Amino acid sequence: MAEIKLTIDGKPCTARPGQTILEAAKASGIYIPALCHYEGLKPSGSCRICTVKVNGRPAAACTQPVAEGLVVETATPELEDMRRALVEMLFVEGNHFCPSCEKSGNCELQALAYRFGMLVPRFPYQWSVREIESVSPRLLMEHNRCIQCRRCVEAIRTPDGRRVFAAQERSGRLRIGVDPELAAGLDEDTARKAMAICPVGAILYKEVGFAVPIGRRKYDRSPIGSDIETK
Amino acid sequence: MTNIETIIQRHAGDPTRLLDMLRDVQAARGCVDRVSRAALAKALRMSEADVEGIVSFYHFFSRTPAGRYAVYLNTNVIAWMNGRAAVARAFEREAGVRFGRTAPDGLIGLFQTSCIGMNDQEPSAVINGVVFTRLTEAKVKDIVAGMRAGRPAAELVGELGDGANQHALVRAMVANNIRAAGPVVFGPHEPGRGLRKAVGLTPEAVIAEVKASNLLGRGGAGFPTGLKWDFCRREKGDRHYVVCNADEGEPGTFKDRVILTERPGLLFEGMAVAGYAVGAAEGILYLRAEYAYLKPYLESVLDGLRREGLLGKGAAGKAGFDFDIVIKLGAGAYICGEESALIESAEGKRGEPRDRPPFPVQVGYLNEPTIVNNVETLCCAARIMAEGAAWFKSMGTAKSAGTKLLSVSGDCERPGVYEVAFGLTVRQLLDMAGAPGAAAVQVGGPSGSCIGPDGFKRAICFGDLPTGGSIMIFGPERDLLEVVRGFMEFFVEESCGWCVPCRAGNVLLLRKLEKVLDGKGNARDLEELVAWGAVVKTTSRCGLGQTSANPILTTLANFRGLYEARLRSGADADAVLDFDLAAAMEASCRAAGRPIPSPEAHHG
Amino acid sequence: MSKPVIATASLAGCFGCHMSLLDIDDRILKLIELVEFHKSPIDDIKTFTKPCDIGLIEGGCCNHENVEVLRSFRKHCKTLVAVGECAVMGGLPALRNGIPIKDCLEEAYLRTPTTEGNTVIPNDEELPVILDKVYPCHEIVKVDAFLPGCPPSADLIWEALTALLEGRPLKLTYDLIKYD
Ligand SMILES: Cc1cc2nc3c(=O)[nH]c(=O)nc-3n(C[C@H](O)[C@H](O)[C@H](O)COP(=O)(O)O)c2cc1C
Ligand code: SF4
Ligand code: SF4
Ligand code: FES
Repeated sequence: MAEIKLTIDGKPCTARPGQTILEAAKASGIYIPALCHYEGLKPSGSCRICTVKVNGRPAAACTQPVAEGLVVETATPELEDMRRALVEMLFVEGNHFCPSCEKSGNCELQALAYRFGMLVPRFPYQWSVREIESVSPRLLMEHNRCIQCRRCVEAIRTPDGRRVFAAQERSGRLRIGVDPELAAGLDEDTARKAMAICPVGAILYKEVGFAVPIGRRKYDRSPIGSDIETK
Repeated sequence: MTNIETIIQRHAGDPTRLLDMLRDVQAARGCVDRVSRAALAKALRMSEADVEGIVSFYHFFSRTPAGRYAVYLNTNVIAWMNGRAAVARAFEREAGVRFGRTAPDGLIGLFQTSCIGMNDQEPSAVINGVVFTRLTEAKVKDIVAGMRAGRPAAELVGELGDGANQHALVRAMVANNIRAAGPVVFGPHEPGRGLRKAVGLTPEAVIAEVKASNLLGRGGAGFPTGLKWDFCRREKGDRHYVVCNADEGEPGTFKDRVILTERPGLLFEGMAVAGYAVGAAEGILYLRAEYAYLKPYLESVLDGLRREGLLGKGAAGKAGFDFDIVIKLGAGAYICGEESALIESAEGKRGEPRDRPPFPVQVGYLNEPTIVNNVETLCCAARIMAEGAAWFKSMGTAKSAGTKLLSVSGDCERPGVYEVAFGLTVRQLLDMAGAPGAAAVQVGGPSGSCIGPDGFKRAICFGDLPTGGSIMIFGPERDLLEVVRGFMEFFVEESCGWCVPCRAGNVLLLRKLEKVLDGKGNARDLEELVAWGAVVKTTSRCGLGQTSANPILTTLANFRGLYEARLRSGADADAVLDFDLAAAMEASCRAAGRPIPSPEAHHG
Repeated sequence: MSKPVIATASLAGCFGCHMSLLDIDDRILKLIELVEFHKSPIDDIKTFTKPCDIGLIEGGCCNHENVEVLRSFRKHCKTLVAVGECAVMGGLPALRNGIPIKDCLEEAYLRTPTTEGNTVIPNDEELPVILDKVYPCHEIVKVDAFLPGCPPSADLIWEALTALLEGRPLKLTYDLIKYD
């Protein structure tokens, strides 16, 4: 298959047809911050944190396919500020009290905020009223922390393809609903996968949490994306 | 009560017709309750959570009873300017229930809804699918009395509107208000002439003719129609589709409604021309739920066209060209006007936009190559085939050929539809509409731009002031920033919620705007409005979020003084002005039964 | 030259952030050399008698007294620092923010399993008035610097203090910013 040539942040890169800009960048050791994206899942393009400029126009790197000759900018001060603003929006939209979260230290939202050096969001807290739901004998849904990335919607299905998690309502009222019957029927592996796939502490497998001591969690020592950058 | 199974069977258990099923369930049971959702989920092999996701996405479906009469009162700014407040109060008084609720006896439910395409005859409402316009307190009294007497909503319609609004299958009190009939859409047209000419050519030649006409899409974005058709024709697929976008949701536009009422034959002819050009056998008219009252009439027009041989097997006498059209109804969601969201909705799903690429011309309805065109665009295409590209290009400007239908509303003597040649200045339009004293004009709906008198010399055309057709006029006595607030509330409500900047960012913009309107803002807040607006605009996933900050951004650019006058004068730029200690203490003092101390009374 | 003056306060917090300040180990001796503590629970000085250079605020504002203390800190301190999650974003106390204050008070004073007989929501005039929600400090007064963490690590507090005293920008290495 023909190779595609493009430049990312001034660096000449090659990519395979069908790859996204995010994938091409990663293969070239360039980390584009991303949140809703999850390797192997159809990207939802919902968080927009991977926004880059492609030939001067904004596009989400996780959904935008590569093409010959593209000039991609990923790290201009303007883009970095916007990316950070999106992370900050998520922190004020939901209720993210990290000290009491099972996912703290392993949370991708928090990790991005750390990477961006967020000390306080620029936006006022919204104190939205959300609930905590026991959705099955195995799973808890902590809606306060859900960032509506839709990974669970896409990934967690019954063997016959029905969705266990589904987006409901719209606008700021959007929430991820859980089908109680289907959730109750989830086997242990799928339930654990649901917790693992959730970037934040919204899907919780009951009776686990805080298992890894502070200091040894995924993002305690090195920033999210550093594995890509040091390759 | 209609049985769910019957409804499912009526629609062949076809998941792409889920919206039709839901519509029937809603009509039969007053809501789509848990039992119905479970039955639908089972029949369509979906999860109940998924069905609930679809039900809750659309405005006209409800999970709890909406009342035997469900009143959806329009809430756009023009309605407010025309006395909506008094009408709303009258509804609440007469029905004995507040907006957002259903009366305990289950008879009447009162709800708000975004623009229903009646801006030239506000205040208006949709009740059980029937449109009521130019509402007054007296009319409301009669309507509610009729409901109490158990009369069907259709019987409560007073005087009928003009033209085909009086047709036995329409019988609507809606008025067309055609103020200027131009040569393209409202000009004389021999039915079928454009299509017959088209099928006499090769599809490639039809596309070449449309390209030569320079026709640009009339839905707002202005994409070259011929090019879109060409892309679609070149795509390989099992079948190609033509979709007509009759969602007309941009606040302030209603010209597609008038076309659907007065020129449906021309529209269907245009769809057939498009179908021939791209190689499609099926056309879909996606009709917004607010216009459902037109559906029986439109169906009868389609039947007529089939009888005349202009649709169906060997359409227009062309062997092998078997083109026909189905009508699909929306269910109340502005975002469904966005073409990829429209396709999702037409497939029976939540109307959430798709990522592009791939574009609908590549991967569209049922993942097949699909063109989506506006109602007016398709009418133009039929006329271009009938009269030729040169004729079309002789009107308008070099870049914007032909005419444009404008929906004019607000503070003017003659609100209604104007078909004008592109290039008309705003000032000329204001003179035609009888609005010599206009202080501001919103061109292109909330997502367009708001201009003041120094912009009235600008021309309505692509390249200067593009518009899908919405023109809202505001006189000097209007509070423009309240209009901006109304527009932002609209976007907050209508965001599909998929992406972060639009879902969360618009709420933050609205809150910030409210802070300024409440007199609690300072210069930094205006800077932040601009900066936050840029984030939403740049990072949003679809056209809604990419333009939703425009009401704020364009008024900040053109009417900055209005904002500055609201700032707390003399306040230090660092001061936090929106914390109100007395207000923050009120609720707990009341709960504890103690007086609210004055802030000075205590010292920590 | 007189030493820079520091004031501290704990509003709706748990004193954990103050503990973390003390947790800078032997650097505390250096700190005492560098600065003078004014109004602070550390030295029990209760009122401002002079302007201060740095004010450290732990906790958000859950009652009107918190607001008044915060405002007087803003008035007397050149640089105001929000220390810890509660000061920055309301923290644990703000978990009540989604619940109407009336319900909170009724739950706490009228409906608990241990209340019996004629109970009332306390309403003595001497008591601070609870606010409708817990506010982060910067939603009430301007805050100049933010040190997140529950509590912020001693190292972060030390870095912030030394940076402020030396008048240089904060060097926030990756390990210093943590929200838990
Ligand atoms: C939020 C949003 C709403 C839209 N609403 C409509 C609409 O109601 N009618 C319409 O024709 N186009 C609408 N559009 C534009 C369509 O996406 C699409 O561009 C148009 O239907 C293409 O037809 P045209 O090329 O004939 O204009 C909307 C776009 C967005 C982003
Ligand atoms: S529950 Fe988790 S995975 Fe699912 S949408 Fe919310 S944040 Fe994403
Ligand atoms: S911009 Fe708004 S309407 Fe468009 S995808 Fe994002 S949330 Fe949905
Ligand atoms: S990672 Fe690309 S939009 Fe979320």
